[in-house]
Amino acid sequence: MGTVAAHGLCKSFGKVQALDGVSLDVPDGAFFVVLGPSGAGKTTTLRAIAGLEKLDAGSVHLDGRDATGDAPAERDLAMVFQSYALYPRHTVYENIASPLRARRCSASEIAAAVEQMSRLLHIERLLQRRPAQLSGGEMQRVALARALVRSPRAFLMDEPLTNLDLKLRVEMRTELTRIHRSLGATFVYVTNDQVEALSMADQVAVLKEGTVQQVGTPTEVYERPANQWVAGFVGSPPISLLACHAEGDRLVGAQGWTLPRPRWSTAQDGQPLLLGLRAEDLSVEQRGDASLPGELYGLEPLGDRTVVDVQVGTTIVKVKARPTVTGTPGERLQVTVDLDRAHLFDADTGLSVSEAGR
Amino acid sequence: MAVSVDEAVSTGPARDRGRPARRRGGRGRSVLEVALLTVLAVVMLFPVLWMIETSIKENRDVYAVPAEFFGFTVTMEHFKDVFVGPDGGRSALSVAFLNSVLVAGASTVLATLLGVPAAWAYSRFAVKAKKDQLFFILSTRFMPPVVVVIPIFLMYRQVGLIDSKLGLILIYAAYNLPFTIWMMKGFVDEVPSEYEDAAMLDGYTRLQAFRRHTLPLLVPGIAATAVFALIFSWNEFVFAIFLTSSDSVRTAPPAIAGLIGGTTTDWGLVAAASVVFALPVLVFAYLVRKHLIAGVTLGAVRR
Ligand SMILES: Nc1ncnc2c1ncn2[C@@H]1O[C@H](COP(=O)(O)OP(=O)(O)O)[C@@H](O)[C@H]1O
Ligand SMILES: [Mg+2]
Repeated sequence: MGTVAAHGLCKSFGKVQALDGVSLDVPDGAFFVVLGPSGAGKTTTLRAIAGLEKLDAGSVHLDGRDATGDAPAERDLAMVFQSYALYPRHTVYENIASPLRARRCSASEIAAAVEQMSRLLHIERLLQRRPAQLSGGEMQRVALARALVRSPRAFLMDEPLTNLDLKLRVEMRTELTRIHRSLGATFVYVTNDQVEALSMADQVAVLKEGTVQQVGTPTEVYERPANQWVAGFVGSPPISLLACHAEGDRLVGAQGWTLPRPRWSTAQDGQPLLLGLRAEDLSVEQRGDASLPGELYGLEPLGDRTVVDVQVGTTIVKVKARPTVTGTPGERLQVTVDLDRAHLFDADTGLSVSEAGR
Repeated sequence: MAVSVDEAVSTGPARDRGRPARRRGGRGRSVLEVALLTVLAVVMLFPVLWMIETSIKENRDVYAVPAEFFGFTVTMEHFKDVFVGPDGGRSALSVAFLNSVLVAGASTVLATLLGVPAAWAYSRFAVKAKKDQLFFILSTRFMPPVVVVIPIFLMYRQVGLIDSKLGLILIYAAYNLPFTIWMMKGFVDEVPSEYEDAAMLDGYTRLQAFRRHTLPLLVPGIAATAVFALIFSWNEFVFAIFLTSSDSVRTAPPAIAGLIGGTTTDWGLVAAASVVFALPVLVFAYLVRKHLIAGVTLGAVRR
């Protein structure tokens, strides 16, 4: 068992409301990702679950039991800190052994467990070093080993890959997913990297300014963002948003363009809207019945694809294209829209105005 | 990542200011600097030199006019008199030195034992009106001892602490505590609290986490702070002279002062006692010289 449930977490630091009613339900064995930009309250959420932060309001239940007032040591959780927090005076070996020493395991048990962990994370060579003699990637592995060396109720990980270079980060992503699968343990994983969230998570909770914006599978969050902010935060290149309103069977843009009114939308006539279009749902190479007039603004070749920036009215719309696409800035062109995959948001509230279950 | 004494008190800004000045100055400036510093050093050190000379002169040379700086007969008689009494037993001064060691040592230990945990708590926990509390603690140091010595004298007489070493130990500890808390809070602030957080998740209690991970990193800071407290207690005069009277309790400062006066003053003995008294302070000041400088520029360097 290893369920983690947080309900209505509130925490303020002076005038800063770090958490404003955060609720999470992490099922047993899930890889649960908390995604949000820096300052969203992700670290505070994890620390609250771990018992390191005294809450203003809210409760934490572990395995169904109220653990809100429990000391961190009583919660049976392991955490990887954003800064790793390796003990500077201790060797790597002693760092990894620390949770076992606290539980008074025998020396032979400790030696066996540390050895197994160091093999799993490829840090056998480092056991006698001190944290100051490690690179960022090595410290990160040691921090993971210290967390993984015992079998707690759940693992809490605070942006463990953020400080790594890209190549190592991609490697470790796969590695962590593999470890999660082999342990079958509950992971609560915090990141500001939407790629990490989409590629690793069973479930994602999107956090912004101390409130949960949406909880769902990566597909749900990507394909059916609950609001304009989630749509903008998840996905790369970012979604393009165009101001418009519905008028009869047409969608009329602020800059004069029109598109057929999507059947899935619950928007009212005249209601101010934002049309959200992802780069991969647009094309400058194919013709279709729904299209926007614009002019070429610039090209961003990315190797496997090229992102075409098209100016529609005053908005830059990002369109994904084959790497062979060419054009000169200022050239007029049509952007074909796959309306079935577009998103509509209320311009005032930011909330999605799509039919549920689309 | 270990915090050493040198790192813990950041000397960075001070050093940065020094470097460009030296570069701009060139040779001419440094000659002038050396000349001025030499004059200053002579003026400051002359009394010290005189004290040392007097302590090894015979009594008739002490009174010679004009004063002899060279070619007098060297004697160690005064130093012997500091420690050995006229009857061949222990001198009153040597008892006073022992009292000073005991009182300064015990009060420093007490202030450290109380101050370090307090500093840790102020650094780590959300305390109501923390700034006001810290300011209040510091403000007790604004008052010169002479302002409070009369009320303390009266209180001590009531509770029977007058003319006792315990009384001096307690008052010095109380006087050193605010300083210890303030200085140690600076050192604790420099140690990331996440080591303790990580240890608590490993399964240790908060106090165990402090003892295992934070305390060892604080040792250099504790040593520096304790030396400051030790020097204060060692030098303290006002409380000592008001609150103690008998030879068996007196510390060195009032005991040395007591040598002056009467019909004749044995200046050789006064000088020798002063040299012995000054030595520990010089040694300790040398040990923490970096922190003495940091202490002077505290406002400029610290947040
Ligand atoms: N100990 C603290 N003291 C004051 N403010 C804090 C503290 N911890 C976090 N905050 C503030 O709370 C907000 C959320 O912080 P955090 O949970 O660290 O965000 P994240 O991990 O998502 O970047 C931020 O505005 C941050 O400045
Ligand atoms: Mg964080």
